[in-house]
Amino acid sequence: MSACISPSEPSLQAPPPLRETSLARRLVELTQEGLPLLEDPWAWLAEQLGLSVESTLDLLKRLQAEGAIRRIAAVPNHYRLGYRHNGMTVWDVVDADMPRLGSLLGAQPFVSHCYRRPRKPGWRYNLFAMVHGRSREEIDSYRDHLRYLLGDACVADDMLVSSRILKKTGLRLSSLSR
Amino acid sequence: MDDLDRRLINRLQLGLPLVRQPWQALALELDSSSAELLDRLHELLNDGVLTRFGPMFDVERLGGAFTLAALAVPEARFEAVAEQLAAMPEVAHNYRREHHLNMWFVLACASEQAIRDSLLRIERLTGLVPLNLPKEETYHVGLYFPV
Repeated sequence: MSACISPSEPSLQAPPPLRETSLARRLVELTQEGLPLLEDPWAWLAEQLGLSVESTLDLLKRLQAEGAIRRIAAVPNHYRLGYRHNGMTVWDVVDADMPRLGSLLGAQPFVSHCYRRPRKPGWRYNLFAMVHGRSREEIDSYRDHLRYLLGDACVADDMLVSSRILKKTGLRLSSLSR
Repeated sequence: MDDLDRRLINRLQLGLPLVRQPWQALALELDSSSAELLDRLHELLNDGVLTRFGPMFDVERLGGAFTLAALAVPEARFEAVAEQLAAMPEVAHNYRREHHLNMWFVLACASEQAIRDSLLRIERLTGLVPLNLPKEETYHVGLYFPV
């Protein structure tokens, strides 16, 4: 990975103003590999987008407030940080209690993702919570704690432990624009 | 990795502040300099401790579609099927999990239709029927690994 991506040659004419969604897509393309490690990253983005620095910062704030950008953040290699164990805990819970239970599990600090998913023939679990830890015992104890939190609202559960990463690429815009 | 690296990793997982001089703001918080923080970040990325630094998009809000799907792959064919999925650009992640459903993958496509097409293509390629489990509600997304 390069230390810094230098701004490209300024074009002679500024690109026409784009609608916000096109700007957002352009932003995805520009930062797919990451935000350049520059003292003033907004100035670089502004130049690429053909906007002023202030408008660029406003755009980022708007996208973040709307949830299109969750945050501008570092993604750790959790294996390298010692978090080698991950378990997808799955729960069969009473549908009517789902909003409360989903928020409850999602609020636990060791849960990275928490979703409602459909039941299917042969698949009874409707609530998913991903847990990460430094040992098998640690993720087992997290599962136990989630089971305790759910109490009688949970009819059945399982934990699918990941044993191998078969593929991990970031999202590629190319697969989204076809 | 020293103390400043750890504080930087923890702080950057929470997000860069959207202020005019973000690195100077962080330098003030972490009692360092912006140049030092950028150097450290460069090293952590180079070294593979961090896999990426940048905006984390919720692609669905930008018009994309996602799903989580699973396959029950016979052990004898496991590697071959993993390779078939690895070759598909819309397969973003794929994990082996210890379960009867032993292969779990995320599809990222431009539309719901493209997701359906992709699942059919996987079925034709592998002869296995994917269990499609698109999310219906998000309660929490936020990876945070304190070091």
